[in-house]
Parts: sequence; C-alpha cells; structure tokens
Amino acid sequence: MKIQGWGRYPSVEAEVFTPSFDFQSKGFIKKRVLIPRGLGRSYGDSSLSSIILETSSMDHFISFNHKAGIISCQAGVSIHEILDLVVPKAWFVPVTPGSSYVTVGGAIASDVHGKNHHIGGSFSQHVISFELLLGNGEKVTVTPSGMPDLFRATCGGMGLTGVILSATFQLIPIQSSFINQTTMRANSLEEVCELFEANALGTYSVAWIDCLAKGRQMGRSLLTLGEHSINGCLELGRQPKKSLPIDMPTWVLNPYSIKAFNFFYFHKSILSVQKTDLPYRPYFYPLDAINNWNRLYGKNGFIQYQFVVPKTVGVKGLKRILDVISKSNKGSFLAVLKVFGKGNENYLSFPIEGYSLALDFKMESGIVELVKRLDSMVLEMGGRVYLTKDALMSEQMFKSTYPQWQIFEEVRAKYGAIGRFASNQSRRLGLQ
Amino acid sequence: MKKILIIGATSAIAENAARIWAKAGCSLFLVARSQERLDVISTDLIVRGAVGVDQFCMDLTQFDQQDAMLNAAYAFLGEIDVALIAHGTLSNQAACESSPQLTLQEISVNALSVISLLTLLANRFEEQKSGMIAVISSVAGDRGRQSNYVYGSAKAMVSAFTSGLRQRLAKSNVRVLTIKPGFVDTPMTKEFAKGPLWAKPQVVASQIVQACNSKGGILYAPRFWWAIMAIIKLIPETIFIKLKL
Repeated sequence: MKIQGWGRYPSVEAEVFTPSFDFQSKGFIKKRVLIPRGLGRSYGDSSLSSIILETSSMDHFISFNHKAGIISCQAGVSIHEILDLVVPKAWFVPVTPGSSYVTVGGAIASDVHGKNHHIGGSFSQHVISFELLLGNGEKVTVTPSGMPDLFRATCGGMGLTGVILSATFQLIPIQSSFINQTTMRANSLEEVCELFEANALGTYSVAWIDCLAKGRQMGRSLLTLGEHSINGCLELGRQPKKSLPIDMPTWVLNPYSIKAFNFFYFHKSILSVQKTDLPYRPYFYPLDAINNWNRLYGKNGFIQYQFVVPKTVGVKGLKRILDVISKSNKGSFLAVLKVFGKGNENYLSFPIEGYSLALDFKMESGIVELVKRLDSMVLEMGGRVYLTKDALMSEQMFKSTYPQWQIFEEVRAKYGAIGRFASNQSRRLGLQ
Repeated sequence: MKKILIIGATSAIAENAARIWAKAGCSLFLVARSQERLDVISTDLIVRGAVGVDQFCMDLTQFDQQDAMLNAAYAFLGEIDVALIAHGTLSNQAACESSPQLTLQEISVNALSVISLLTLLANRFEEQKSGMIAVISSVAGDRGRQSNYVYGSAKAMVSAFTSGLRQRLAKSNVRVLTIKPGFVDTPMTKEFAKGPLWAKPQVVASQIVQACNSKGGILYAPRFWWAIMAIIKLIPETIFIKLKL
C-alpha cells in the first residue's frame, strides 16, 4: 500500500506489518530489512521503506506509579493516551512535541523536544529505560548507564538501531490541567530574541513569526510563554474535533491568502502583553483539534523545514536565512521560533544550543532548490536540520552537520542493526 | 462499579470496550485463547483504572469447559452486570467452499460455541434477575451473500437466537443486546482495502458500551448500517442473485 509521512511527500509503496502484543518477531526481524513506524507523524521519509513495521497496536500500559510519577508502556502508546491517564492524577509528560499523536517509541527515536527545551532538554533525558529488539532478534533492556552507547544511538536514532518495544520514563508533577499563558508582541527579530532571553527562566516559550513580513517588519512575532497553572482542576476538558475530509485544492494557499492570514493572526492580539489560562490541549496541541490538517497543503504535500543555528551565529545569521525565505514568497503561514538550551550526548539528537526555526513549504516547483539553498546556509553557519522533518537533505550535508554519525554507525554495527533496519531517509543519507 | 464478563477479550472491539469500562472503574473477567495476550491486556486494564481483573484461558469450542469458566467468573465477580460475547473468526469463504470440515469448524466457532455459552449464561442471568447479555453478531447475518455466507449464516443463527432469548429473558428483567457491526478496521480484517464505510474499533466499542446501559435490542454499529442493511434485505431475490455483493 501507499505510505507517506505526515508531510505527504514523498510516498512509497510498502508492505506494512502490524504486530500486536504477542510480537514473536525473532524470525521476522532476521528475514527482512525494515523500519519501525508509530503514528506516522515524522514529516519526510524517515518512517518510509519498502517494509514497515507499524507499532500502533503495541499500545498497552505496563505500570503507572502514582506516587513517583513513573510510567511504563509499550512503544505504540501515544502521548495523547498517556496524558489522558496521568493528568487527572496530577502528572504531565516531561517533554512534548507540538502533536500529542506521537508514540513513545517515536518520541525516543526522534528524541523529540518541546517548548521547554531550554529547561527540560529532549525526551530521552527523562527516559529511565527501554526495551529494544535488536537485529538478531534478541531483546535487551537499555538504560543510560547500563548500555550508554546503545542508549545514545537509539535516542534520536530514527529507528535504525532496532525496534523499541516498551519504555519507562519520569513524569513531572502538576497542580492543574491548565496552562497560564502570556502572549507578547515583538516587532522585530531582535526584539523577540531579547524577549526569549529575558524569559529564560520560564518553563515554556515559543514564538510564531510572520515569515512573509519584509524589511523593518521582518521577524515580527508573537511570543507565548506558558507555566503549569496552580489554579483550576485536573480535568481533561473536551476538545471538539474537526476534520479536513478532503485535500484542499492546491491554489487555496497562495502568497496573498497567507499574507492576509498572517496579518490577522499578528494583529488579533491588540495588547502587547496578554495573559490567559487555558487547558493544556489547545496550548500544546492546537493542530490536534483538526484531523488530517496536513491535507491543507493539497495533494502534493509539503515540506516542513526545521533547522537550528548555534547561538554564536546569533540573530544576524537567523536574519539572513529569514530574508531568503521571505523573499522567496514561498513561506507558510507562520514559522515557529524556539531558543534551544544545551544539546545532549546522543549521537543524532537534533537540538544544539541556539535558535531553531520551523516552517512549512507547500510542495511545488522551486521548493527543492529553495531548501537546498537554505541547507547550504545552515551548513555554513554550523547548524543542522531536524531528521524527523527532513525529506531532502544530502548525504554530504548530513555527514558534516551530524559529526557523530560514524560513532552511530559503529554502534549499529556492534549491535547487528546494519542490514536489518533502514529507511529511505537512511539510504539517502548514506547510512548502511 | 460494574462487574463485567468479556468472552473473546483479545478481539479489538472487546479490548476497546474493556478500556472504557476499566477507565470507569469496573471489575473485569476476561476470557480468551491466548494466555500471553490476556496477561498484557489485564495489566493494561489495571493501569487504566480497572478495580480488579481476572482471566480464564480457554478455547470456546471446548464446550465442556464453558461451565467451569462461568463458575470462575462468578467466583471472581460475585454477580455479572454485563456479559459481552465477542469471540469469533472471519471465515475464509473460498477455503470453506472446498472443505465441509472447515465450514463446520467456522460454524462451530462463530455460532455453536456462542449458542452453547448463551444457554448456560441465560439460566444464570434468569436466576440473577438483572444484567445485560451483549452479543456481537454481524450485519453479515442479515442476508447471506456469496462473498461470506458461511460467516454470515453463523451470525444469522446468533441473531435469531438472541432475538428469541431477548423475549424470553425480558420477563426476568434481563436485557439482551444483539450487536451488528459493519466493516471494522481490526486485525481480523487486516487484508481488506479500507473505504469510507470502515469504522475504527474504538468508535464501535464506545457505541457498544453506551448501548449496554440501554434497554437492549439490536444495535447496528455504526448506526448507518441499519439503513444499508434495510435496503439489502429489500432487494428482490431475482435481482439479488445477479448482484456481486
């Protein structure tokens, strides 16, 4: 069947296996070259291959310690389900990406980050242990201290070291299911970066940038800060679901409609500082309320481009890249800007200390060239592109921006992953 | 806090129903063929909030063990508020056509084992004078079609049997629900190409759990299957035999 990532570009014809809990896979693994896949939320081709092992039926909880906030579950359990279970007991996931429809296995394989990266780091930094099925069919329990090399290779390792079967991780305590949100307006890139610095002690921070604004308005943005509220209840609250049942015609999104949207989005908050309390779902996962929002970009799909440049490159570097994007007139509604804290020791984890920007490009002519151009600027500035979103990066770009790729390959070789686990992305990036 | 017996507890629809009941703090007694799957599901249901979970591993076509299983269920639950019968296999129609043995085996799993169990269960519920017996039949039982009439005729028997049982037990304040799911996207139907008529097991399960609080009767899940089957049942036989359904 035809399988795509969340960006719906590219597609692959694949055989999909959905093992459930009685996963007797020794023979299965040994016979095939495959890639594990959870809910398919990575954007590009990192979960695409001709044989896919889907973990969405491995969705059972194993234990939940209410006192210590430690949860164990199979790899196919989603963050959405975890929150449904733990929020009423006054716990929250330590790190969450912008969608709750990611599995725990996917969160580890992508070593996802969130709006609290500057404080909480990436997801793997809260993982106590996980069970991994190796290429020889053997199951091992991996902990950061017990098997540090396999831990560092698997966290952020894009499913290329084995199949994550289950995981145990630490939750964070909350007093309310609400988030205390503060929104601030910034009129330039310098201003928003200063606001990030000034609020570095806050728990959650992220900014939405209008990337079509040019000249003096370039980088105008809304910074939203969030804290777990101490008021309110622990109820989950209802989230009405809407769907995009069909592909949007590709002409609907054009530079004019997007400009108009951004204009209204930016000006909807009239005050320069606005405070509200809102439930966690609309705060963390606004797009989860719309099923299949990825159809918005039409049948050709889209590229989500996320890069990070080191802090030393500073606002100046970021501005040069933003300038190219805004002049291309191809940028999407809004770009998401986040200031990352220090990176971790995992070989392929994306975050490094610096500025990260994520934005969508509707797939159309000229996009591949634009992304190549942006790639070369990111490379030159010492930054890198997020593998979970990538569909186009070259081998040379990957190998120079992820310098620990050789150690990653050595660990894969040591644990028998080579020739067992591969994706279209790993082949494109020149991994064995 | 309800006390729930689930037969065929590892089926996708039954498991999703069990998760809803677990979240509501019910006690559950699970019956299925695979011990390993039962263990995984029991642990999961406890984490999700079930007050107590016990299990019984058996093949439902071992008719002589059914009574022992029910004894164990009553010993654990005390009395039963809801019994959901959800086990079954999707017969391979083509293979059945060339093998009477396979055909009878499919009828045994999908009809006879259910009938036997219902006979035992009905007497216990009649004594108990309360509760709900919910049985998963299928839209396939509404009219035999060439594409799956072995499975369909087994389900037709279940539908007719539960219809009669509903009348009989109404006097004893016991409700009987005949559930007729349409196309459900589960491991059982993995091989089928999915279209807009397909429903997720979570959706079907939540409709079942809701209907278990009702007066009983017939539940098409999702409900639009009532209309589809009404039309299919109305097609005159002379036309029906020419259709490719």
